[in-house]
Amino acid sequence: MSDATRAEVCVVACADAWRGDGAMLASAFGFIPTIGARLAKATFEQDLLISDGEALLVSNALALGSTDKTIEGWIPFRSVFDTVWSGRRHVMMGATQIDARGNQNISAIGDHAKPSKQLIGVRGAPGNTVNHATSYWIPRHVTRAFVEKVDMVCGVGTDRGAADLRRVVTNLCVLDFEGPGAAMRLRSIHPGVAVDDVIENTGFALDVPPDVPTSREPTADELRLIREVLDPRSLRNTEVKS
Amino acid sequence: MTTDKRSSIEAVVGALRDGMTIGIGGWGSRRKPMAVVRAIARSGLKDLTIASYGGPDVGLLCAAGKVKRVIFGFVTLDSIPLDPHFQKAREEGAVEATEMDEGMFYLSLLAASWRVPFLPTRAGLGSDVMRVNPGLKTVRNPYGDDELVAVPALKLDAAIVHMNRADAGGNAQFLGPDIYFDDLFLSAASGSRVVSCERIADDLLKEGSFHTLRINRSMVDAVVEAPGGALPTSCEPDYAVGDLKAYVSDPYAGGTA
Repeated sequence: MSDATRAEVCVVACADAWRGDGAMLASAFGFIPTIGARLAKATFEQDLLISDGEALLVSNALALGSTDKTIEGWIPFRSVFDTVWSGRRHVMMGATQIDARGNQNISAIGDHAKPSKQLIGVRGAPGNTVNHATSYWIPRHVTRAFVEKVDMVCGVGTDRGAADLRRVVTNLCVLDFEGPGAAMRLRSIHPGVAVDDVIENTGFALDVPPDVPTSREPTADELRLIREVLDPRSLRNTEVKS
Repeated sequence: MTTDKRSSIEAVVGALRDGMTIGIGGWGSRRKPMAVVRAIARSGLKDLTIASYGGPDVGLLCAAGKVKRVIFGFVTLDSIPLDPHFQKAREEGAVEATEMDEGMFYLSLLAASWRVPFLPTRAGLGSDVMRVNPGLKTVRNPYGDDELVAVPALKLDAAIVHMNRADAGGNAQFLGPDIYFDDLFLSAASGSRVVSCERIADDLLKEGSFHTLRINRSMVDAVVEAPGGALPTSCEPDYAVGDLKAYVSDPYAGGTA
């Protein structure tokens, strides 16, 4: 039995989203997906390309917040769009709202002309989701986030022409889009979470297979990398309490 | 001798007019021409349309009541995800929004700079960007049968960017990791193409390699020396991001001018 925390289970669930991608740009938003992408590159998916979030491709196992970069390439924002439109990217974005087909909202809550809450904006979500692999990280799995209908479709879902929706990782579980009609399906529940916890916190009818596996725990080597190399300041615990 | 384009913040802001569409360079909390933006905020200008990869430039101009419409893909302070001044303006319905994918924004500037009416892309297809911008049209691939978004050229009346160095003639230099889309903002503008910079230098090749000279003097009308002119946003390698918390409390704060 491992002593891995929930945050650490989430890190490896995120890392696993990039498994098999090879030489793709792995872009991540949030601490836990960022640690996950770097963990994947440091272990089972060594050909991944990782950016420092500014304009550099970094080849070493970079700790969150560290400037000790081994630079292997230059990727200013304009080149990021070249990569997006080429398809050689797998992004893990956030979502303030997401529906059963993976339509995502990060723009505004309420009427777009006069929103009740202005969010960050559509960013690159529309272009990302029709061009390359996309996953999501939602650190608080609640009904307010998992909704019947999003207020503004930013990232497009499987019913609106998404190129390749892969995973939704949350603090409770891992979801994919292998349900009927490419709907969201419960793929695994994190250790200590019940299937009913997920259902109660999801605002739409989720596809739940008869036997839901438990999300895998980090290996001893993964735990060491997370704790000692990639996130020594434990920023992961600010996203998911342990 | 080439034309000397050195000017002042007062003169470049004085040349702007009510109702103009103004592009502002930089990206979020990075290399925004804040000294010029603060002067616009304090001017008598009104009804501006602001096109920006938005940061505190957008928030300040909204707070100052200068903005009729914002053209944007996002507005963020990065370390502080949401700009409260922009949020307030949107939630009060005080500004109109033309919101698009940030890649569409790039193509709209590129189309204007290339003087073509539109550029095609998949970005935006299937999303509510099409719903909230009813004027946005798709175009059928003339070589196949798929449909693409026809991103219209974003023609600017003025463009303002902040660079690390420039010379008196208007050649301008970025010394940080990314030029962002600053060259395209200048190329998309029909006039009032303003470069503010940390320092006017005689020999830019003593400052950085020729790779950093992406903006040449045919793209620039006026050069303004404004040390610290990006604060509170960053201007690497001259300085890192400044006091964004002060900006959140007071949108005019966090700068030197």
